[in-house]
Amino acid sequence: MTREIVLEVEDLTVSFPTEDGLVRAVRGVSYTLRRGEVLGIVGESGSGKSVTSMAVMGLLPGSAKVGGSVRFRGQELVGAPDKELRTIRGGRIAMVFQDPMTSLNPVYPVGDQIAEAVRAHNDVSAAAARERAIELLAIMQIPRPRERARDYPHEFSGGMRQRVVIATAMANDPDVIIADEPTTALDVTVQAQVLRALETARAATDAAMVLITHDLGVVAGTADRVLVMYAGRPVELGDVDSIYYEPRMPYTLGLIGSLPRLDDARRGERLVPITGSPPSLLDLPPGCPFGPRCPMRQEVCESAEPELLAASAPDHLAACHFSADLEGRRPEDVFALTSADHPGGAR
Amino acid sequence: MSKNTEAMTVRPSPSAAVVRRRSQGELVLRRFLRHRAAVISLVLFVAVVLLAFAGGALWRHDYADITSAVSEPPSFEHPFGTDNLGHDTFAQVLRGTQRSIEIALLIALLAGLVGTLWGAFSGYYRGVVDSVMMRFADLVLTLPLLAVAAVLTRGTSGSWWFVALVIASLQWAYVSRVVRGVVLSLREKEYVEAGRALGATDRWIIFRHLIPNALGPIIVNVTILVAAAILVETALSFLGLGVQPPDTSLGLLVSGATTAVSTRPWLFYFPGAFIVVIALTINFIGDGLRDAFDPTQRKVRP
Amino acid sequence: MNGSPLLSVRDLVKHYPVRGKGLSRRTAGQVHAVCGVSFDLHRGETLGLVGESGCGKSTTGRAVLNLQPPTSGHVVFDGLDLGTVGAAEMRRLRQRMQIVFQDPYASLDPRMTVSDAVAEPLRIHDTYRQEGPDRVRELLATVGLNPEHGNRYPHEFSGGQRQRVGIARALAMRPELIVLDEPVSALDVSIQAGVVNLLEDLQEQLGLAYLFVAHDLSVVRHIAHRVAVMYLGRIVEVGDTDELFDRPAHPYTQALISAIPLPDPRLERVRARERIVIGGDVPNPAAPPSGCRFRTRCPKFTRLTEAERTVCVEQPPDLAERGHGHPVACHYAEAAAG
Repeated sequence: MTREIVLEVEDLTVSFPTEDGLVRAVRGVSYTLRRGEVLGIVGESGSGKSVTSMAVMGLLPGSAKVGGSVRFRGQELVGAPDKELRTIRGGRIAMVFQDPMTSLNPVYPVGDQIAEAVRAHNDVSAAAARERAIELLAIMQIPRPRERARDYPHEFSGGMRQRVVIATAMANDPDVIIADEPTTALDVTVQAQVLRALETARAATDAAMVLITHDLGVVAGTADRVLVMYAGRPVELGDVDSIYYEPRMPYTLGLIGSLPRLDDARRGERLVPITGSPPSLLDLPPGCPFGPRCPMRQEVCESAEPELLAASAPDHLAACHFSADLEGRRPEDVFALTSADHPGGAR
Repeated sequence: MSKNTEAMTVRPSPSAAVVRRRSQGELVLRRFLRHRAAVISLVLFVAVVLLAFAGGALWRHDYADITSAVSEPPSFEHPFGTDNLGHDTFAQVLRGTQRSIEIALLIALLAGLVGTLWGAFSGYYRGVVDSVMMRFADLVLTLPLLAVAAVLTRGTSGSWWFVALVIASLQWAYVSRVVRGVVLSLREKEYVEAGRALGATDRWIIFRHLIPNALGPIIVNVTILVAAAILVETALSFLGLGVQPPDTSLGLLVSGATTAVSTRPWLFYFPGAFIVVIALTINFIGDGLRDAFDPTQRKVRP
Repeated sequence: MNGSPLLSVRDLVKHYPVRGKGLSRRTAGQVHAVCGVSFDLHRGETLGLVGESGCGKSTTGRAVLNLQPPTSGHVVFDGLDLGTVGAAEMRRLRQRMQIVFQDPYASLDPRMTVSDAVAEPLRIHDTYRQEGPDRVRELLATVGLNPEHGNRYPHEFSGGQRQRVGIARALAMRPELIVLDEPVSALDVSIQAGVVNLLEDLQEQLGLAYLFVAHDLSVVRHIAHRVAVMYLGRIVEVGDTDELFDRPAHPYTQALISAIPLPDPRLERVRARERIVIGGDVPNPAAPPSGCRFRTRCPKFTRLTEAERTVCVEQPPDLAERGHGHPVACHYAEAAAG
């Protein structure tokens, strides 16, 4: 049963003019999101994963140039007037940021803030909104919700604040929840609480969720589909099992292979790193941006940037000229077990 | 080790070409040159200095010469005119500029040195040491410059270096406050803790890490100080407390010409213009230096 | 790993005074950052010190090096009690015990070239004239960097490269012990592996002892021989890595391991069902709970009888052998299959 498509991103591009030149932070991202589905967007610094979601919500600074299309249930968001976006933002599309204080106002009690979010998109009485706020806090497993609704954000710990933000996000039964590094700054036991709260919110609202993170463990446990980004572009897209067990892009393979495993007592063995660093977005090399770090690179990789094409299955796309060669290969087959940095280079 | 060397024999990247040593000085210079106002000001300032020192020596008249031309407006013989005693104003202005610059630079050196050391030690040690040192600096700041200068220069010959010393003895306190502020924040930086972990003594950390990283604000403040010092010296000389005749300074020239502003304007406006030019150029140079000393790139980091 | 330990820490305590608000500058209380920590570290061994925020692991690391002198307790390095050593001798001693910091951007002086940064310890201890530039080039090469780039400034390098510079600097005086304070946490995931490999290689080649302070258990599992788990200033469990991860006995360790998501979707689907999610937050270190500090969040506590709970409330559990093969600080410790 294919569920309804709620969000369609097509060839999204974002550029920022800086005094050193034009930074092309996002260079053509496309994905579709269905109701109830969780899409994990992974990438490291400079991959453009956060900028992509900010662009979807229309939250980029005025100097940013956004191209392409973002359709929310058929309605085009790119270039839409702020008035339209405001009705959608917070109501139909909710966001959870890394720092809860981005969304919470320090001078109002949290109960009031959740209630305000409810009333912004629904015509209900103040009392009804407050009841809904307390109800949401309870769903988020905040103990003594009626009392705590009167507390200010600083009276909550980091993890609880994040759950308050998720409660606010849930308040209006959104169709899409975008969570941008929601647990990055949190301790691991608190992360478990917040991830469970996110799942509760998603299940209760049947919303689609976009989870942006650099933590491959979090994505493995939460996502249905995964989009891997590198240097502003998607380099692989597929369902979570395909990405983790049958990657078809060397970067994905290298990324997964470089992780030390908690359940794996291979203390004697070395990790498999990717040498070098992500490229500067100001002067990207021609051809594949991962080329300089890729052990499989050939001449064609230096001249032509590979397109996102079907790899092991029609819904598993990879951007690599040699993705077919990766079938059955393990990280240590492709990458050297070295400990040196990229030989010969600063940057 | 074998794995390391094996990695290093892999095909090198293009950027492995010979890297010239880029000294700190070169980087600072390059950044300074990007600041157009500062570069123009530097050129102008250097021109003024050369004019004052070299030009003064080469000019046909000496500043103390008394010629027969009395109270004459600017002419080819006397480009800035002459005063009521027959002094060539051009020679006097050059001499005055020399003196003013010498005084200003000496003030900058003394006040900058003492202020930096005072502020750096105070900010680094904090606690009782800091309180005592800063209270003393505050005390110095409360002293009214002109009154103190008046008291100290009384009865002395008014030699120019003494004037500089007097002004510096009060202005170091401004520098020390600024430096202390900068050092207070710098001392919390992790590379300071790293230095301590390496076994560095306090003095090593202050002289090798804190002061070099504080150079930007120090230099900016010292240049502002120089500009202010010129104006202070002008004021002192104006009041007769600074440089004494027969030596001259720009302030003295201006003071002597106040009565003649409408009748013999050349006696007033030429020295005045020089004061303004020097103060402005030094200020712009300070701006440029401040930007030049900032080592952080403004490019987007990947 | 036989013979007497290189580093011996006994009953280490570090408290920070909390200043009163307003005009009163008298201390209004103490933050109990570290409350009685004891462990040994042998030559060539890596001891992982793990825990979440506020557990005191970073403070312990710094106290071991006397960068933040302990409030009480003993740190004995190669037979020398650091509390009895004078300032000058402590500075000399630092050649043998070094630290690598978490933040590769902040721990290098932005005004010094990378070569200067690595040479700094040589200059401080006056060996630069003999060994000088060659030693610096050798060190840069050892950490996998190109010595030709020594004349560049830190901001021209990436995070991983800067961290390698920090490691080179720590190696300059041929130390025997290195405290690594979250050395890879601030680096991109794909870069961490290279630096971890480097640290392992160096340990093998140079016989270094590491005190590896981290919150990332996966990295610690990979690199450490033994692991000590800290909670609110105390060690709650310590043992050989494999034993601790495969059969954790303390409820906190069990919860910690359970909470970490694995980059393995199939395994995660199974683990999600059995995940231990502990509620609440880390208590305020200025007012820790009486008795066992973990009792306010302990899943086991909720399943105990009234009488058993009283024990937890009144008696702080000692870190002792309780039949699980390694010391655990829990009155009712029960090993779980990890």
